[in-house]
Order: sequence, then structure tokens, then C-alpha cells
Amino acid sequence: MKTHDGYFSRKQLSRLMLVLCGCAATIVIVVLILILGYTLVNGISYLNLDFITQPSKPVGEAGGGMRDDIYGTFILVGLASVIALPIGLMAGIFLAEFAGPRAASAIRFAADILAGVPSIIVGVFAYAILVRPMHSYSALSAGVALAIIMIPVVARTAEESLRLVPNSQREAAMALGISRWRMTLGVIVPGAVTGIVTGIMLAVARIAGETAPLIFTALGSAFGVQGLTEPIGALPLQIYRYALSPYSDWQKQAWAAAFLLVILVLGINIIVRLVSSRKKI
Amino acid sequence: MDKGRPDTSISADMSDNRNVSRTRFGDIIFSRLTLFFGLLIVAILVGLLVALNFDAWPAIQKFGLSFLTSTEWDPVKEEFGALPAIYGTLLSSLIGLVIAVPISLGSAIFLSDLAPQWMRKPCSFLIEMLAAIPSVIIGLWGLYVMVPFIRSPVEAWLGSNLGFLPLFQGPPFGVGFLSAGIILAIMVIPIITAVSREVVCAVPLTQREAMLALGATRWEMITRSVLPYCRSGLVGAVMLGLGRALGETMAVTMVIGNAYALSPSLFSPGATIASKVASEFNEASGDLYIGSLIELALVLFAITLVVNIMARLMVWRTVSVRGTGE
Repeated sequence: MKTHDGYFSRKQLSRLMLVLCGCAATIVIVVLILILGYTLVNGISYLNLDFITQPSKPVGEAGGGMRDDIYGTFILVGLASVIALPIGLMAGIFLAEFAGPRAASAIRFAADILAGVPSIIVGVFAYAILVRPMHSYSALSAGVALAIIMIPVVARTAEESLRLVPNSQREAAMALGISRWRMTLGVIVPGAVTGIVTGIMLAVARIAGETAPLIFTALGSAFGVQGLTEPIGALPLQIYRYALSPYSDWQKQAWAAAFLLVILVLGINIIVRLVSSRKKI
Repeated sequence: MDKGRPDTSISADMSDNRNVSRTRFGDIIFSRLTLFFGLLIVAILVGLLVALNFDAWPAIQKFGLSFLTSTEWDPVKEEFGALPAIYGTLLSSLIGLVIAVPISLGSAIFLSDLAPQWMRKPCSFLIEMLAAIPSVIIGLWGLYVMVPFIRSPVEAWLGSNLGFLPLFQGPPFGVGFLSAGIILAIMVIPIITAVSREVVCAVPLTQREAMLALGATRWEMITRSVLPYCRSGLVGAVMLGLGRALGETMAVTMVIGNAYALSPSLFSPGATIASKVASEFNEASGDLYIGSLIELALVLFAITLVVNIMARLMVWRTVSVRGTGE
């Protein structure tokens, strides 16, 4: 009888703890829904056509939008990609195709450490090497900061996708007598292109929402986009500024901007995952 | 796991001499080029350390080690100390982990062992989406939705019921360490969940079956067989989360209240290293002030570096155990 009771309470405990595990997962999903729900509902109620077609207005004037900041975000992401993609891809090719085990683990380690560096420190670095010597906040320094965040992500995902290309393809290409670099660029990289593009898109989604490295590199601009050596606005930067401002007009615009940014970032994430999961099946 | 790569010399031997040299030449150029870009990653990391040290030098030279123990932050008198920022960084991350670890482990166990098969993928997907939301948006939500909620029911209740503890004393501002900790928990839950789910899934099925065959309940199977088997991987997952929490900037800056003081109360506004740098860097003037902020960044870099290296070593060890076990 006693053992029976003991078994019963063990079973109860088990059931209780398993239910708690389920609750934990539920909490996470509820938090996600709360954040997305507030952003989407608030954002869409403050979003209008002016918001994406008008430049920002000074405090006190009604209306205005974030046309220049949206444009600025695209410029910064483009600039960062132009810098980061060649470096990241070539480093990924080196890691997967050419590196000896020792060099590979050293560079892989450096890439992982670089990926773990807080983004604000990357911003300070860009400030130290570009803003300070050039005596001006600039789109260029912000692009470099975002690129540094992007490089390790691109390099590691490129490496992992290249490693998934079966060795038989390398052997087949070699047997035809082509040189190794042409084999790499003509056979191996195209074979891994889905994975590489997935990695690139996820990296783009990540840097599109980065704010910390932009505060003292891009700075923000009230005069639109003026060139790469001038300060530039960006959507996440403007969310930060407007959210902390005491003006309710600006706070509403912050929600609208958050709506656009969420759509952009989660949109890329969802599309990429759908495409890559379909490919696997 | 190094794949045996085909040897170029075989194909080179069979073609004529001119082709050989051209092929070899192209290969050498290309492999050197990729090596260059690989080394560039190392160079960026080294450059980061050198540049930060160089720009922080005025502060390092002036304050020496007392920078780490001083609580002063006075731009007018040019006295700077990092202790309140270090304290705030560690405290808010600790609160974050205390909240995040049980929830993350519970979710990971749920996703790996308990959830019906059809639920696992969508749930993992949703948790990954939480990781993808930009931190400034979580900060915006935190400031306008979460902080008012923390202020009136949560902190008021804690203050009146547990107010005898120094942790829960003082006026409920809403913004402060508690809010920052909760925001950090939200931001690190996805990464801890994802990594520990992977680690838990790596435990061989035989471990689970053996325990169940001995008559254990499912919970006993998890606590006595699965979790001990992958302990170091789980610690690594938590450390990865910690690395992220320590350096998280935007969301924390928006909800922590930006006060520079050592206070034991979780209700009081504070600052972290990242929030201090983010909120003051643009206004800073003079080499010493800027140097001090950059030295703060350097301290943060050192802390996250140690945490991240330890985390990677631990996760690698567990995942490579799986590799040899199969």
C-alpha cells in the first residue's frame, strides 16, 4: 500500500513538473504575442502615407514622417553589405575549402568572439577609427560598424553551407581537370548558394534593426541623406530618439516606425525560413 | 571533421606544363586571397582591442586601477569611476538570468521531450522570432507597456508585502534594475532556449529509455538521466545568454532610468556599462571624458570576452560528445 502511494505521488510530481514546463513555453509565446501585438496595433493606428513620404518636422509642427530615415536605413544596410559580403564570403570559403585544421580553428574562434562582441562596442570602435580621425559623424562609419557585426555571421554560415556540399562533387570537378579556384567558384559555391543566401538575409535582418552602433556613428540627420561622409538618419535610431522624447506626436511616430521595422525584420526572417525549409524537404 | 580533399597534384601531373603553371598560379592566388580575408577577421578583433586601448589611454593613465573601484562620475571635475556601472551590469544580468533560466530550461525540455510532434517546429519558430525582434523595439514596448505595469501592481505589491527586504525598498519608479532585468530575461530566453534544446536533444535516446525501463517517471527521467548527461552544455547555454545580457544596450538603456548610484534596491534606477556609454557618448567632450567612456567599453569587452569563451568551450564539449557517441 505504501509503495503504491509513493508511486502515485511520484507520478503526480512528474505530471506537475511537466505541466510547468509547458507553462514556461507558453509564457515565452505569450510575451512574443504581447510585444508584437502592441507594436502592430499601435503602429498601424499611427501609420499613414505622410509617414513614409514626408521628411521629419521640427517639434511642435504636426505631421511629418520618416522618409529620410527609411531611406537612410536602406543605404546603411546596403553599404554594410557591400563591405561585409566579400570579406565574409571569402573567409567562409577559406574556412571550408582551404584552411588547415589549426588555421581554421583559430579563425573560427576569432569569428565567434567577434560575433559575441556587444554591438555598442563595435560602435565605439567605428567611432575611434573613423569618426574621430575624420572629425565628422558619417554614414560611412555607421556602415563599417554594421559590416563588422555582419562579417562573422556571413563567414560562419557560408562555411557551414559549403561543408554540406558532398565531396563527390569536388572529386568530380577535380577529375575533369579544372583548377581548384574554378572548382570552388563554379561548382561548390553554387551548390551551397541556398544556405549562403539564407545566412546573408538573416544577417541583413539583424543589422537592419541594430541601433547601438549607430548612435555615435550615424548620429541621425535632420537634413535628409547628404552623402556618405555626412551624418545620416536611420529608422531604429529614430525610434530610440522619439521614444525617449516627451512629445506625444513623436512617441506615436516611434510606434509607427517600430511597426515598419518589425514588418521588415520579421518579414525577412519568415520568408527566409519558409524558403529554406521547403528546400530541405 | 576534416574531409579528405582531392589532391590537386594528380590533375596537374596529367596536363601539359603550361597548364600546370597556370592552374597552380591561379590556385595560389585564390587560396592566398581567401586566407587574407580570413585573417582580416582576426585583424578586426585585434584592431578593436588596440583602438579601444589607444583611445582609453588618457583615462587608464590618469585613474589606473581606481577606475574600477571609484563610484564618482563627475564630468565637471573630471573624476570618473566605473563601479556603479559594473554593479548595474552584473545586477541586471543576474536578475535577467534568475528569471530566464527556469523559463528557458522548461521551454527547452518541453520542446525536446514533451510537446506533441506537430507543435515542436512552430513553437521553436516562434521563439526564434522573439530573438529576431530588434532590441530598440523591445525597449519601446518595455518603456510604454511593461514599465507602467511593473510600477503599479508589481512593485507596489512587492513593496508592501516584501518591503522588509532591502531588495524591495524605496519608491516604485517603474524604471530601474527590476525592469531592466525583466527586459534582459525576455531578450536572452530565446538564445538559452535554442541552445539548451539542441543540447538536450543531443542526449542519446538510450539514456532516456534505460531510465524509463527502470520504472522512472518522465520527470525523473529528465532530472536524473537527461539533465546530468548534458550539464556542461546547459551551463554553456546559460553563459551564452549571460554574454548577450551583459552587452545588451538599447532596451536596457530605455528602461533602467540612467541614474549613477550603488543601491541595493531593485526598484531604484541605475545604469549599466552599455547604457552609460550609449546615453553619454554623444555629449562627452574632452579626451579624459571620452577616454573614460571608452575604458568602460573596454571593461565590458573584457567581461563578455571571458564569458563568451567559457560558454563556447562548454557547448563545444557537449556537442562533440554527441559527435563521438554516434
